[in-house]
Amino acid sequence: MITSSKRSLLTYLVHATVLFLVVIWTIPTAGLFISSIRDKDQLSVSGWWTALSTSEQQLVTRANDPSKQIQVGDKFVIQGNLFEGAPGAVTFFGFSSLEPAAFTAGSVAALRNDQTLQVMENGDYEFSSPTEWKGSRGQRIFYSAEVPPRFTLDNYREVLGTEGLGKSFLNSLTVTIPATIIPILVAAFAAYALAWMRFPGRALLVAAVVGLLVVPLQMSLIPLLKSYNLIGDFFGVGSKTYVGIWLAHTGFGLPLAIYLLRNYIAGLPREIIESARVDGASDFDIFRKIVLPLSFPALASFAIFQFLWVWNDLLIAMVFLGNNADQLVLTGQLRELLGSRGGNWEILTASAFITIIVPLCVFFSLQRFLVRGLLAGSVK
Amino acid sequence: MQMAFTVIYALDVFFGDSMGQLASALVTMFLGVLGCAVYFYGSNMLLDKIFPTKNRPAQQVASNLRIANRIRPWLFLGPAVLLLTFYLFYPVLDSIRLSFFDRSGEEFVGLSNYVWLFGSDEFFESFRNNMLWLVFVPTAATFLGLVIATMTDRIWWGNIAKSLIFMPMAISFIGASVIWKFIYDFRSGDTQIGLLNAVVVFFGGEPQNWITIPFWNNFFLMIILVWIQTGFAMVILSAALRGIPDETIEAAVLDGANGLQIFFKIMVPQIWGTIAVVWTTITILVLKVFDIVLAMTNGQWNTQVLANQMFDWMFRGGGDFGRGAVVAIVIMVLVIPIMIWNIKRANAEMEGR
Amino acid sequence: MADVKLTHVKKIYSNKVEVLKDINLDIKKGEFIVFVGPSGCGKSTLLRMISGLEDISAGTLEIDGHVVNDIPPALRGIAMVFQSYALYPHMTVYDNMAFSLQIAKESKEDIDKQVRKAADMLQLTPYLDRLPKALSGGQRQRVAIGRAIVRRPKVFLFDEPLSNLDAALRVATRMEIANLKDSMPDSTMIYVTHDQVEAMTLADRIVLLSAGHIEQVGSPLDLYEHPDNVFVAKFIGSPAMNIVPCQIDQAGDNTRVALSSTVTVETPIRTEESQQSKSAFFGIRPEDMIVVDSQDKAFLSGEVAFVEALGEATLLYVQVPGCDDMVIAKQIGTLNTKRGDTVHLSATPEKMHLFDENEQSYTRKA
Repeated sequence: MITSSKRSLLTYLVHATVLFLVVIWTIPTAGLFISSIRDKDQLSVSGWWTALSTSEQQLVTRANDPSKQIQVGDKFVIQGNLFEGAPGAVTFFGFSSLEPAAFTAGSVAALRNDQTLQVMENGDYEFSSPTEWKGSRGQRIFYSAEVPPRFTLDNYREVLGTEGLGKSFLNSLTVTIPATIIPILVAAFAAYALAWMRFPGRALLVAAVVGLLVVPLQMSLIPLLKSYNLIGDFFGVGSKTYVGIWLAHTGFGLPLAIYLLRNYIAGLPREIIESARVDGASDFDIFRKIVLPLSFPALASFAIFQFLWVWNDLLIAMVFLGNNADQLVLTGQLRELLGSRGGNWEILTASAFITIIVPLCVFFSLQRFLVRGLLAGSVK
Repeated sequence: MQMAFTVIYALDVFFGDSMGQLASALVTMFLGVLGCAVYFYGSNMLLDKIFPTKNRPAQQVASNLRIANRIRPWLFLGPAVLLLTFYLFYPVLDSIRLSFFDRSGEEFVGLSNYVWLFGSDEFFESFRNNMLWLVFVPTAATFLGLVIATMTDRIWWGNIAKSLIFMPMAISFIGASVIWKFIYDFRSGDTQIGLLNAVVVFFGGEPQNWITIPFWNNFFLMIILVWIQTGFAMVILSAALRGIPDETIEAAVLDGANGLQIFFKIMVPQIWGTIAVVWTTITILVLKVFDIVLAMTNGQWNTQVLANQMFDWMFRGGGDFGRGAVVAIVIMVLVIPIMIWNIKRANAEMEGR
Repeated sequence: MADVKLTHVKKIYSNKVEVLKDINLDIKKGEFIVFVGPSGCGKSTLLRMISGLEDISAGTLEIDGHVVNDIPPALRGIAMVFQSYALYPHMTVYDNMAFSLQIAKESKEDIDKQVRKAADMLQLTPYLDRLPKALSGGQRQRVAIGRAIVRRPKVFLFDEPLSNLDAALRVATRMEIANLKDSMPDSTMIYVTHDQVEAMTLADRIVLLSAGHIEQVGSPLDLYEHPDNVFVAKFIGSPAMNIVPCQIDQAGDNTRVALSSTVTVETPIRTEESQQSKSAFFGIRPEDMIVVDSQDKAFLSGEVAFVEALGEATLLYVQVPGCDDMVIAKQIGTLNTKRGDTVHLSATPEKMHLFDENEQSYTRKA
């Protein structure tokens, strides 16, 4: 009896702890997403966790300009609604920034020259004057309002358009797709040779691949930048081209690709390869008709790795691609925005979410292959 | 090869607009794949043409075959070896050479870059911070990963929990930085939109500008990487834990061991090798990490690390290749012990085959 | 003439381990040869050298009169059936069988004809569109054989093809292979197994290997009745032949040997005068022992240490005074002998074997 109640207590503790950790791990991303679809005025004055509750806000709106005035009896009137149709409830209002909440909703405020302003709780306002309104701009109305939560895709519209993220999205795709496929092809052949062909120097090459697996990219950057400048000059195309970054990602991805694929291909049954050899297949035939189809899981694993790595990369993109709109990838764009729009969270959250949405989709739909690849690459 | 470059470049220029760009990417991709296929297919066909093995006298078949079999591995390996040489092997050597040259990489300056490095405060700051990262991040991520792996294996919704904790793996460092910068956001006054300060205020504390507090701000940056890497550690350790034979645990239960004893004395020793692999993998990643520091502080408020410092010198004032290379070499030296260990392990495994 | 001829063939690995030492063997066209021996004796390596999957370190291998040491497997005119079947898991049964012909660029019609013929022969026609994983063990085995047949090889190579099957299926498939051989009298077949029953039932000739060399080559009954040495005598037959160390008491046309200080046996085997008093080994198969009711008719007597009743036969483990090892006697049917009983054993002299001090057989009197 005692042990069983102790055990169930322990089980509850495990459930609670895991739940706590899961919440900690997901909350940052959830916060980002929720913030990105909030109205930008609300986002900047209240935490995202209050997104579902009504908030009390201090707001300013410019009323309709005098050209919209109408004559009612002997009065000239400018009418409108502060919320422009959206729900909300005005509590206080005022006409000067010094006293933004001088009047309660529904009361009539006296302005200069017998002019008056009345603001109703539903946001309807009415300026009234015995003489004609002059000037080209509408007056400002200050008010406190209970504003219900408002969700919008405006932030996304803005970053995809004016902030240039749409273009960057395409740039990222342009970099990522070829940079994922080319290394797979190159590595698969090499992996087959290292796994099943006999030639002098094979063990040395395998050791070299394992060694290069951990070489920090930083070691390569400066010499490569020099080489790229030279090659760019030679062809007259400049050093920052898409071909350049595809090949760079290929080169940097190859050690892992060869290592993963070699482990997998070497694990294929020896007799199947031998059987094909007895059947008269050359190494090229064996690779194409036997090994490649059987290695699909490993190829998929690596493709996901490489895709995530290239899509998420900032360093190589900053070194080997330019800063102009035609070449700036999402991660680079996000970094630029962090610098230039550091306080505009509606821009940053929406941009960040656009940056991470593709890898997240890939992650959740192909997690099985990703896990398998991780295990093949690490546990041995 | 040059032809292909020219064609691709022409496509690049031609399709200036966005859709055209994607189309040209697809075309290039197709060309690239086709090129690879043509290379592998063509070179193999060529080899078979030059050294035919069909309808020839046996003696000639034998000698042709011997030669072809000696060449063929290198056809398969050729592109990979070339790329690895150009992108990794040669640059490593050249970085070493450049570390003895001046900022433009032309004039030999002996050890003066090294002298500068070991005399600069900036280096010692980066080095100290890197050591903090190296101790804290792998330890925290591996420990949390192990704990979570153990716990999630016992509950029915464990896989969902794992999936969610694994998720940050898919997020870029820069994306993660934005996410966490938002958490750490600070503004004076009572309304805080950063979660951390909101919690502090809720409990009656003073809101802080977290990422500017010297020394401790390093940990706020490290937490981001721990957040990303714990999932990786968890997935691998969870697989290792599942590989432990049930009999050993059942035997320990019969021997009267309690839960903690089973965990530390029976389970952990059996997955020690995997823990080491996870640890070293994260360690290597930590040495290379620069995006987070670049995005969060760019090395201000005493948060500089080697990788960011190296990047900085690469472009600072038009770029100082000598000093950048020296910093890169320090990173490389830190990686070498792990590299040797890896190669030894791989060799032992090869012999087992 | 598709004969296979091995002359001074050796296999030495890079670490200087000699796994096959000087193999000489002449296999005639249409023969069914079985390589048999304990694990590690080199029988599979020898087969793989004939197939071309392993290099030949020294000596020559001829197939059909041509030296093929350096010829790739596909051009040697051989086909191989692997232990694990080695079916291509991503191809249908049809494609598995057609693969070698497609590689050889034969016409579609020819391929189709060959594959359907083989499938028909092996009752695989209904399964042609299936993947290997949807087949039973026996069917997979047949596909592997079918894959070999379509190539119309001069020599079939089988590498322990039955060891992955359960006992019942093994018997059935063994008979199928025997039938296959009958239907292709011109094909030479070389078959590797560690199972002496397969060797005895299938082989025209058995090649018995041990530790990298050939112990004896001969027909199954030849090996059973006239083993050249103690190794062959003990390997062939189950339970193994009783081998009792002895001393030659009296050499001559009918050699008399002393099994112990009290027991002597006279055998119809001739030994030279020079062998007098030398140590030797006396052999008698358990199934050649006869239980008799009195000591007068027996040449051995002893106490029963174990009784194993198998139903169709009974094995008696007899402790003979003065002998270290127990002697086994196999009697047909059931006996009511119990542990501790004393039994008297006799044997026909013609069934006795005698080996010299180097474990080689003394030639039997004609």
